[in-house]
Amino acid sequence: MKANFKYNICWLIVMIAGFYAINTLILVGVINAFIENMLVTIGINIILAVGLNLVIGFAGQFSLGHAGFMAVGAYATAIITSDHANAAGFWTSIVVGIIIAIVAALIVGIPTLRLRGDYLAIATMGAAEIIRIIINNLKITNGAAGMFNIPQFATWPVVYIMVCVTSILIVNFIHSRGGRAAMAVREDEIATESMGINTTKWKLAAFVFGAATAAIAGSLQASYVQTIAPTNYNIMESIAILIIVVLGGTGSITGSFVAAFVLGILDTVLQDFGTLRMVIYAVVLVVMMVFKPSGLLGTWEFSFKRLFGHRKPKGETQA
Amino acid sequence: MQTLLQQLINGLSLGSIYALLALGYTMVYGIIKLINFAHGDIYMLGAFWGYYVINYWHFNFIFALLSAMLVCAVSGVIIEYLAYRPLRHSPRIAALITAIGVSYFLENGMSYLYGSSTRSFPQIIKQVNYHFGGVQISNIQILILVTACLLMILLQLIIKRTKMGRAMRAVSVDPDAAELVGININRTISFTFALGSSMAGAAGVLIGLYYNSIDPLMGMTPGIKAFVAAVVGGIGSVPGASLGGFLIGLLETGVQAIGLSAYKDAAVYLVLIIILLILPAGIFGKNTKEKV
Repeated sequence: MKANFKYNICWLIVMIAGFYAINTLILVGVINAFIENMLVTIGINIILAVGLNLVIGFAGQFSLGHAGFMAVGAYATAIITSDHANAAGFWTSIVVGIIIAIVAALIVGIPTLRLRGDYLAIATMGAAEIIRIIINNLKITNGAAGMFNIPQFATWPVVYIMVCVTSILIVNFIHSRGGRAAMAVREDEIATESMGINTTKWKLAAFVFGAATAAIAGSLQASYVQTIAPTNYNIMESIAILIIVVLGGTGSITGSFVAAFVLGILDTVLQDFGTLRMVIYAVVLVVMMVFKPSGLLGTWEFSFKRLFGHRKPKGETQA
Repeated sequence: MQTLLQQLINGLSLGSIYALLALGYTMVYGIIKLINFAHGDIYMLGAFWGYYVINYWHFNFIFALLSAMLVCAVSGVIIEYLAYRPLRHSPRIAALITAIGVSYFLENGMSYLYGSSTRSFPQIIKQVNYHFGGVQISNIQILILVTACLLMILLQLIIKRTKMGRAMRAVSVDPDAAELVGININRTISFTFALGSSMAGAAGVLIGLYYNSIDPLMGMTPGIKAFVAAVVGGIGSVPGASLGGFLIGLLETGVQAIGLSAYKDAAVYLVLIIILLILPAGIFGKNTKEKV
């Protein structure tokens, strides 16, 4: 803590400055409701992408089930705030969503994290689809029709703060002992195990952590958009989050931020093109991957420590 | 007993479609370790090609099927050449995202060009129902089963008996060693894509006849389920993919028959997870030990 005090202060200043910058721009009128909507969507995508990046980029576990955990959070918020439409109800619903998502992630993760690579991806995808189909058939979730008129508590400051909080927590996890263990698992699982590290525990920790942040993002999204339906959380949503992570660079939190912004802006710019929008999006995606397969930033990470010129071996990432 | 037999027949017809699709997934995965997400959309292309040639050029069934297979084979090769070949040595996750991009491109490109509405597939073969002791089977179901089985046998012969098939097996075991003994890897991979895509094209025409309706997004769900079938059967194994396809088809109709049709997809995924946990490499997959 003490060693990183200077850098933590820097990040705090950046966050507060960002908050006031957006606030001022809204007051001045540069950011209208349209752009604000875009920024909130980007913020929610950042939470999702950073959480998935922890699982894929740092722990090396290829999960395609992020949308399932997002659905858990979204429905927790929708159901609870429909009954208790106040701020306390909203925050309770986020906590409830996180708890259910953690339980679900443990149930899904303990058996499936034994699988590797594509098998894990397909198993987690199946698990997320099962969550979605259960939601689709329950009474309390109003089935396939979804839920409407969810009270809006997730305004942009709430989303902004949650983006900061989840990013800080995840970056700190990555730089903790657990995070180093997870990265070791990514590099070589057998070698890690032979060093006496409990690989299952740290894989599961990263997976559960990712699921919890997905639940937060789901809660925020449900509360901001005010309408949710089970089809919003299908495999395509998981893939959309995966695209942000890979485009930014797996293993780069900064990259997830940048990619969420780039894709959010691209999406808004292309809105006028109608059906052609997804065609252009697809072409951009393929061209990006063909010419820059490691993503926009690769594993590069923005770091104040490096900015201040402290001695640091090359190729190592620090916050 | 009758309902059981009836469901068995329905399940086998649906399963043979999944099996044809699963073959493409399993061959491509076996040779370049890529989940070809665009495979389901090739199947959609096949169905649309069948729709156009039957409606406008008045092809009969056999020509529609063969031309759809040819067109799909060519598009599969083009997709591989443009999108996957440049990424052969990059991280696998990048290739996967490219496959998803190609899938989006095909789905939305077709929606853009032809509209996203559902079309009814021309009924080129008049449906006749036969009854055997209370079990109903239509000529289209028989046609689907026979065509699918013929194609699978043909594929198995190509892979086991021809020089190209031997090259395919060699590349899937060890690409570098295969190159050393003089196998042209690029041509082999193109050939694999052509074979797999032609199977998908055939499946597209057959499903058009069976369900009567086609739309640009029709490939998405069957594509994912066929991949599940390939994984269940043991990815990389051709008999495994056929078996997996039939299993998934039977499971789906079975769950539907006992009145849980809302949960049929959930049942498929649940079986997938259970099979992966018991047999991590699928039913026919080879279990490779990891060495340090």
